[in-house]
Amino acid sequence: MKIIKQQLSLIACAIGLALTMAGAHAADDKHARNLAAPCAACHGTNGHSVGGTPVLAGLDQALFVSQMKDFKSGARPATVMHQHAKGYTDEEFELLGAYFAAQKR
Amino acid sequence: MSLDRRSFLKLGAAGIAIGAFPGLAFAASEIIKKKGQRVVIVGAGFGGATAAKYLRTWSNNKIEVVLVERNAMFVSCPMSNTVLGGSRTIADLTHSYDNLKKKYGVKLVHGEVTAIDTEKQAVMLAQGKLSYDRLIISPGVDFMFDQIEGLSAAVAEESIPHAWKAGAQTTMLRKQLEDMPNGGVVAISIPKAPYRCPPGPYERACQIASYLKNNKPNSKVLILDANPDVTSKKGLFMAAWKELYPEMIEYRANAAVTKVDVAGKVAKTEFEDVKADVLNVIPPMKAGAVASMAGVASVDGRWCAVDFLTYESRVHKSVHVIGDAVSAALPKSGHMATSQAKVCAAAVIELMQGGTPDQNPTIANTCYSMVSDSEAMHVANVYRFNAEKQAMVAAEGGGVSAQRSEIEGTLAGYWLKNILNDVLV
Repeated sequence: MKIIKQQLSLIACAIGLALTMAGAHAADDKHARNLAAPCAACHGTNGHSVGGTPVLAGLDQALFVSQMKDFKSGARPATVMHQHAKGYTDEEFELLGAYFAAQKR
Repeated sequence: MSLDRRSFLKLGAAGIAIGAFPGLAFAASEIIKKKGQRVVIVGAGFGGATAAKYLRTWSNNKIEVVLVERNAMFVSCPMSNTVLGGSRTIADLTHSYDNLKKKYGVKLVHGEVTAIDTEKQAVMLAQGKLSYDRLIISPGVDFMFDQIEGLSAAVAEESIPHAWKAGAQTTMLRKQLEDMPNGGVVAISIPKAPYRCPPGPYERACQIASYLKNNKPNSKVLILDANPDVTSKKGLFMAAWKELYPEMIEYRANAAVTKVDVAGKVAKTEFEDVKADVLNVIPPMKAGAVASMAGVASVDGRWCAVDFLTYESRVHKSVHVIGDAVSAALPKSGHMATSQAKVCAAAVIELMQGGTPDQNPTIANTCYSMVSDSEAMHVANVYRFNAEKQAMVAAEGGGVSAQRSEIEGTLAGYWLKNILNDVLV
């Protein structure tokens, strides 16, 4: 009986932890969505550009991150993007890259 | 409506307010019957229209959104200076709200707000009231005509346009340029910052000069700036004036216009009287009147202090303010209004659904200025929330174009296309 109780509490703990992680994950997803939102002015809603700028929706995450790093370092010349890239952290590039990669083209 | 004890007590407490404002709250009937959770948004410019669309989208259409707007159509203020230069018309910048209604289920109410009851949580219009759980106001700017003797809203509509809201006055200013003689003077008066669109007046000087250069080359553009210096993209504008419009644009700092002679088209500053053929006086600005109705224009009686995590007013709970009306070290631009609208929409959904707003809002602004019919330059910045200062602070690395270019002129056109698509389609 005691063992069953212990097992049950372990399961309860595991479920609790999973829920907390799911909650944290949802918050992360929303933060990524919020971070990406201002990009729409030039790159379209959720990266679906309607002209003049690259479509970010469905772009490979690693490619997005490497491009942003190159804008930030100056390795890739730009008219505007070097100034935006410098405003974000590498961690934020990963979040943004994952968000845009998840958008259907 | 049955009265329980609690609402009966509230009714008693509100008796004074009802006495002071007859017609408020109970007298009016609900314009659209409120069923579930509702957000009312007042003002369907860049800020309000964006908030409406994103509230619907991000709440999976769970929150009812009623959008109140006085105008039938959306007219973009960004790029409207090009109407003066001649590369666009107002029709090019005019768009319908149909998608917000049909695609997103936003309930659009056209009308004029007459009062806001923050106690009873209702917006009053001539046709009735709209109750809300949360209110977002995106009122843009109003003009302080009383700061300039001789000027009024009527004068602006009839003969001395500000043309600082795109529409009829923009078209009128263009017509005045077409009617003026070759060799005439166009005077542009710029108010002290903060005002809507910091680089806008300097861009306007370029657009007017572009028209004059091609049509009335002996004419002059005189900039009377109340500020001690060019407030935005200074080096780039000075270069454009000198190189694109030599001898045509004259700039005067610390030249606040205090009085106008309407019939004579004379602008008076502390130092001189300027006689013009076309007079474009852009008056000092404050948050749109709706902010005062809601009692949230607390900063100098002009602008609205907000919590930058939610854009909730520092004065009244459940009232959020976005766009030009906000008091902040953020540019009063269309892109900025949309960025603020999205932070606000996300936060309002969390607050209404028992969640926690994003604690680290990070937003961006890109603003192009067209200095001819083909060339542009920009200013771009990322802004991050600083918890210690409780403010939005510009991140390192932002800045302006290295030089104006035709590439940026093309990109500016695509910026408009993409942002309008994001706001309205």
